[in-house]
Parts: sequence; C-alpha cells; structure tokens
Amino acid sequence: MSSDKIDVRYVAKLARIALTDDEVDRFGAQLGDLLAHVNALAELDTNAVPATAQVVESRNVERADSVRPCLDREVVLAQAPQRQGGFFRVPRIIAE
Amino acid sequence: MENGIIERNAADIARDVNAGKLSAAEVIEATLGQVDAVDSRVGAYLTVVHDLARERAAAVDARVRAGERLPLAGVPIAVKDNMCLTGTRTTCASKILERWTAPYTATAVARMLEAGCVPVGKTNLDEFAMGSSCENSALGVTRNPYDLSRVPGGSSGGSAAAVAAREAAIGLGSDTGGSIREPGAFCNLVGFKPTYGRVSRYGLIAFASSLDQIGPLTRTVEDAALAYDAMGGYDPMDATSIDRPLEPTAQALRADLHGLRVGIVREFGTKELGADLDAAYVRAYHDLEALGAQLVEVSLPTADYGLATYYLIAPAECSSNLSRFDGVRYGLRVEGDDVQSMYEKTRAAGFGPEVKRRILIGTHALSTGYYDAYYVRAQKARTLIARDFEKAFAGCDLIACPAASSAAFSFNAKSDPYSMYMMDYYTIPMSLAGLPALSVPCGWVTPPGGVEPMPLGLQLCAPLFAESLLLGAAHAFERATMHAQKHAPLTARTRA
Repeated sequence: MSSDKIDVRYVAKLARIALTDDEVDRFGAQLGDLLAHVNALAELDTNAVPATAQVVESRNVERADSVRPCLDREVVLAQAPQRQGGFFRVPRIIAE
Repeated sequence: MENGIIERNAADIARDVNAGKLSAAEVIEATLGQVDAVDSRVGAYLTVVHDLARERAAAVDARVRAGERLPLAGVPIAVKDNMCLTGTRTTCASKILERWTAPYTATAVARMLEAGCVPVGKTNLDEFAMGSSCENSALGVTRNPYDLSRVPGGSSGGSAAAVAAREAAIGLGSDTGGSIREPGAFCNLVGFKPTYGRVSRYGLIAFASSLDQIGPLTRTVEDAALAYDAMGGYDPMDATSIDRPLEPTAQALRADLHGLRVGIVREFGTKELGADLDAAYVRAYHDLEALGAQLVEVSLPTADYGLATYYLIAPAECSSNLSRFDGVRYGLRVEGDDVQSMYEKTRAAGFGPEVKRRILIGTHALSTGYYDAYYVRAQKARTLIARDFEKAFAGCDLIACPAASSAAFSFNAKSDPYSMYMMDYYTIPMSLAGLPALSVPCGWVTPPGGVEPMPLGLQLCAPLFAESLLLGAAHAFERATMHAQKHAPLTARTRA
C-alpha cells in the first residue's frame, strides 16, 4: 500500500485550511500514525471484490419537474456573512 | 409531583396526556425546571428553547383536547445540535456554525413534533459528530450524569446526558460509527441505530453520508420503539431514504427469546476488556440464554479491519461534505486578501483539531495517486465486512457483543486520537454494513480509580430491516434483567 508519510502542507492546501507550523508537525505525526493503522487493509485480498459505496439498494430518484415552494431568499441571505442585494458577496476573484 | 413527572418514560407520558390526566404544559414545565436545576452541572444543552417548548406544549394540549390521540403526546425531546429546527440556532458544536439559525426543520425532528413531542433544546456533540466523548465540542463540556468526572460518550453525548439526567424523555442522536450506541452505553440508556436509510437524513448536517443515521436515545426499549415508529419511513427529501413499508415495532416487543439463535462473535473476545467487563458480558450472554435464546458461535473474520476501513471512508466523505463551509453562504467568515485566503483562514478559525484531522486524512485518501490505494481499497474492505455479516446471519437471528470497549472514561483520558477511535471497535462494523443495532444496559462496573458504578451496554445487531426483531429481543432482555434500574444518576441523588 502507500507509505505512512503524508505531505500535510500540500493536503491542507487542497482542503483549503491554513495550518500553523505547529499544526503541520502535530497533524503530520498523528496522521502518519493513523495511516500506519489503515495500511493493515493491504493484508486483505480485495482483487476480485467489488467496492461498496452504499450498503442498501440505491436507485436514481426523480420527481415531477414542477414548481414547488423553496426557502425564502431573504431568510437564506440573512445568514450570509456578506451580501449585496440578492447575492452572496465574496472577495474579487478576477483581477482588474 | 415535579420529580414524578421527569422520571416518567415517554410511553407513560403519552398515555396520560392522551387520557387527559396530565398536560403537555405540566410535563414541559417540570422538564424545564429540571434543566434549570441540573444542566449547569451536566451541560447537556447548547440551547434551551423555552418559548418554543411552551408554545409546542400548548399546541399538543389543544390537539388532545380536540380529540386527537398522539403516539408521543407531550413527550419532551432533546435534539442533537446537528439537526435543523426552524428558527433555532444549529451549531454542530462548531465555531463555524456558532451563530447559524436553521431555516428549515429536519424530517426526523418534524415527524417527532407531529407525533406530539415537545422540543426542550439542542444538545452538545463532538464537533460535526466526530468523536466518542463530546470532548471535541467547541462550544461546551458535557458531563456523565452517573459520574460528573467522566465523559457522557459521543458524539451524541449531549442527548444521552439529557435523557439520563431526566432533562428529556427521548434524545435524538445520529450514529455514523457508534455515536448513538456508545453514549447510550455510557449513560445507562437504550441507544438505537436503525438500518441505514430507514430514518430520513434530510436536515441532518452531513458528516459521512453513506453511514450517518438518526436514531433515539431512551430510558426503555419501548420508548425507542415508539420514537422509531414516529420518525422512520420514506422521505422523498432524502435520496437514500428507503421506500418500503415500516412495520410498527412497538407492537413487536417480546417477553422471551424462545426460538431465536443469538450469535456470539468468535473474534470479539471480551477477556482483553478486563475481568469486570468480561464477567459482565459473559453474564449478559448467559441471560440471553436463560430467556430461551440458543447461543451459537459466529465468525466475522474481517470485522477487525473495520476501524481501518471506517477511518478512510468516513473522513473521505467528511472532507467532501464539509467543503461547503467556506465563508460564502453561511456561518463564520474570516476575511483574507483574496478568495483563496478567505477560505483558508475561515476554515482554520472555524474548525477544531479533530475536524481538521479528518478533513486532511480524507483529502489525502481521495487525492491523485492515493485514491485507489486508500479509498477504493476501503470500499472493497467494506464489501467483505458486509459479506461476513451476511454469512453470520445465515446461522443466527441476532448478534450480541459489547457496545463499547470500556465504561465511560475520565476527561482527557484519550489524548491520542487512535485510542479514542478504539472506543468504537465493536460498533463500526455494523455501521459499515448498514445494519440495525442497539445498545441496551447490561451491567455495572466501578472503573479503576473511579468511585461511582458506571453502566455497561450490550450491543444487539440484526439483519437489514429487522428492527422489530431487534427491539423485540432487547425488550425481553431489558425486562428480565432490569440493569438500568439498579443505580440512579447523581443528578437525582443530589436533588432533595
């Protein structure tokens, strides 16, 4: 299976979490320990085994394409950290 | 009179409220009085909804006066704070949602209210339901009502503590790898996780979507059955909700176990749990036999890989589910120089260490180069574990084993994350297989260094959809042994 090392800085970047140097060290060690435990799965012969994503029968659920009541826009936007009119406001994404 | 009311089980309350002998208003006043008296010590609730509770109680009394008969008339319920209730703060015990108010109500909660329940408040949990002691809450400390120096279990520890301390008759919990069953065992309660998909997850803030399941924490099996009958069943708002009829379980409670084969798992020896626990579980198995069950040995050879499987699948799903907390639409935002830095600072400030660890491990397991080695392999192991249960159930009707690896432990006793994960060794395999399982009180031990006797839980597990059989058998065990009655919580003893 894979090594017990985990590049915490790279993974944190993917996960969009800023970490302190102390967290990088601590999480690196703790997650390395956990990976050492989960590597035990390499002992199982899973070559011919299908993967399970969902244990009970799953099927596509459809509904009629009709207008139904939904959450009130004002109620939802009232919870926004920042809003502008009927929109969520975020920092500029595209440079000027 | 007040003390009398709070000691009563849901079934008794509903019967008397329906008969007009007791009002929902009286019940909720007595319950709120108990919350005032003990919750500063227990810490079960993050939010108490006094006004809504009184309003809902009055509505229940009006419905009963109008001639309606409600299966849970006037029953006070504690709702884990990862389930939405319109107009009420819903935090997941996380700083990232500390000030978020739910704009809609979870289906399970709505069905309980429709059945006559009255909400007392929202209860503490390990942040985003990740933990086994409630110590991962960012918003409060919950203590075990049987020994305030010990944890209530988790992640549904607030709901468990509330019901144990008589601050509610029913607690709603969610169970991903044992988060109802373990706190149930720690707090001398019945903790019931139904088959995956039996109770709608709509309005339950997602942790690991293929595993999360809502269920009740109660002081009797009968109450668990009534709660399940009220909240279970198909919901078009949850795409994984199962569309098949729900047979009422409250009518399936049994007096004995004649004709049932109960599987004892060869790989789940109890000797390594210590002499006291070993003796308690050996006695519990004997009690099952004395009730007429035939004990048979079954084997779950891959169950030992449950923890490893779970700690890839659950974090992978959590890393995806929790990506929605980004400071844009709701919850905390910490400003940054650009949008990327806003995301990173918001999530750094909003999530606690355990949530960060799980997001990181899940992100790693799903990342390029590791996906097949970790995530897909874990999904294949999951298949093997589910097949083990299928084979075992070919030779038995139910499986019995411990509900947790120890009795409730002291605060800060499990500082290494993996030692905390080990608490769920016996509950995780059932979660991976989607099976219905519950914890029922089965004895008491005084842990080393402790002074108070602490409860233990026996886990019973049934095949998919066999909730009636499971609850029926647990009822017979509960009635024959009466373990739950042997000790009262400290909160009852210290109150005159």
